[in-house]
Amino acid sequence: MAILIQAQNLNKTYENEGVSTPAVRDVSFEIGKGEFVAIMGPSGSGKSTLMQMLGFLDRPTSGDYLFDGKNTAGFSDDALALIRNEKVGFVFQAFNLLPRTSVMENVELPLLYDSKREKKEENEKKVMAALRAVSMEHRATYLSNQLSGGEKQRVAVARALVNNPEVIFADEPTGNLDSKSGIQVMKILQKLNDEGHTIILVTHETFTAEHAKRIIVMKDGDIRQDFQVENRRVARDGELLK
Amino acid sequence: MRFADPIKISYKNIVAAKWRSFLTVLGIIIGIGSVIVIMAIGSSAQSLILSQISGVGSNLIGVLPGASSEKGPPAQALGIITTTMKYDDFLALIDKRNVPEVSDGAAYIQGTDFVSYGSNDVSLGITGVTHSYPDVEDAEVDAGRFFLPEEDTNLARVAVLGSTAKTDLFGTDNAINKKIKIKSQTFTVIGVMKTKGSSSLGAGGSDDSVLLPLKTTQKIVLGMDYLSFIRLKVADVNDIGVAKDDITKTLRIQHNIKNPVDDDFSVRDVASALDTIKNVTDILKYFLLSVGSISLIVGGVGIMNIMLITVNQRIREVGLRKSVGAKNSDIMLQFLMESATITLVGGIIGIILGILSSFLISVIVTNGFGYDWQFIVSLQSVIVATVVSVLIGLIFGMYPARKAAEVSPMEALRYE
Repeated sequence: MAILIQAQNLNKTYENEGVSTPAVRDVSFEIGKGEFVAIMGPSGSGKSTLMQMLGFLDRPTSGDYLFDGKNTAGFSDDALALIRNEKVGFVFQAFNLLPRTSVMENVELPLLYDSKREKKEENEKKVMAALRAVSMEHRATYLSNQLSGGEKQRVAVARALVNNPEVIFADEPTGNLDSKSGIQVMKILQKLNDEGHTIILVTHETFTAEHAKRIIVMKDGDIRQDFQVENRRVARDGELLK
Repeated sequence: MRFADPIKISYKNIVAAKWRSFLTVLGIIIGIGSVIVIMAIGSSAQSLILSQISGVGSNLIGVLPGASSEKGPPAQALGIITTTMKYDDFLALIDKRNVPEVSDGAAYIQGTDFVSYGSNDVSLGITGVTHSYPDVEDAEVDAGRFFLPEEDTNLARVAVLGSTAKTDLFGTDNAINKKIKIKSQTFTVIGVMKTKGSSSLGAGGSDDSVLLPLKTTQKIVLGMDYLSFIRLKVADVNDIGVAKDDITKTLRIQHNIKNPVDDDFSVRDVASALDTIKNVTDILKYFLLSVGSISLIVGGVGIMNIMLITVNQRIREVGLRKSVGAKNSDIMLQFLMESATITLVGGIIGIILGILSSFLISVIVTNGFGYDWQFIVSLQSVIVATVVSVLIGLIFGMYPARKAAEVSPMEALRYE
């Protein structure tokens, strides 16, 4: 299995009015292509901070982060933006869809910032394919605020998917959802993983985490446990999360 | 990112916050509108003033006693009375041997006195003129006749009334052959002039004057032997420059002046007077314009303020866009386009309102005050206003846009 993510002694310390708070301390691990990893831990454990560094939303205070074999330490803001655009997709707890904007336009958003500037029809095809992958093509012309929470999150997954990224980061994707919608989202993530996408899921719920193939447990900024899940849960329709 | 995308995004966001966008842009609307109105009023007023002046005739050259620079006001206007110009000078100037370009000329002496008819006693302008006055001024006699050449010098006690002066003295009654009194001397009214309208370049030939023969005025009424000014008519407008030179030479010989610095007269034509007045009105226009621009700056600060609020409100959107690959420059462009679109829309509304107001003003001034007030909105002012409104959006949107662009995606996403 090829290695996608290599974290070497990653540190993140927040400076706030002279007080420095370490959020992630000296963390090292590897994640291979095609893995489904859940990063678990209570709030304040540093799991979200770690995910933001891995997803190029934030830079580590020290340490090296090799993505696809390249050390990203010296990358410019624009280079990081390019990686986020082409290699990474995000699903957030709060969905973060653009309000008063159609489902299609929301999913198209990453394509707007694509340097390759494909034709409109080409973009439309990609958008519809992504919507089909999350079974939301019937809502393509709806406005984002006309959707239910579960539908919103599925649109957000489609948005994360549309550029066919190497890795999808999901930060508490089921946190704002009822258990039925939650299981649907987990099912989609598992399906995407089966299709070869690397998934990194951040959650504090053990049940949700058990849908992954590997669990990294964090506490106080350290990795406490890192193990493969035996008999992982497989999300099925009609089943309830938890 | 395609060029059209930020425009689409801006349009969406502006429409989504219609009311706020309108309030934001109100300052720009008022600013651009007032600039358009000021430019229009300035142009109209300028054209009104200039048309009134050029109505006197662009083929006229005025000769005034007292030295003055070409651009400055004549000495008379500053209240300096100079007594160096005489009837002989006038005769020399209309002599074809001295100034061949001049086809005709009139000499003037001006004063004010009480004029009475019966029990009616009115203070009126007294203007002594030569018989050539109607030809030089393009003035027409309404009733009776004007002075004969011999009456220039034979101290004839005859008077021709300006139209207003006639009404002041006689009302609607016939004035011809009636006797009027000035300085207890009796004059026979021989003619009444047609209304000429307000004239400028000296007050000669106004409707509210009593015209008397030149010598009669000098000797009997005002007791002066000099001239207030001379007007010379040039046959061909293109000869004005040559004519002015010849006039200057002739007067220097008449007055024995060797050094031009010692000139005791000024030679002016309507064209240069127009230039002077245009300069003055231009200065006035640009002064008003700068006052109008202040409101634009205030409007711009309003834009900056609202854009800062917008950036704060939409900081999560900024974070999201960055998380899907927007570069700092994409975010910057988006917000700059948004503020420029707001100010452009405001500018266009302002231009439309400004044009409507200018039109309204022209209608009111024309109908209410009877001036020949033209409605002038130059394409230039519209283009300038459009460009300025976009520039304001770009300049005052720069700081908020940069703030949005530089926020880290993680912080932006976390922002509550």
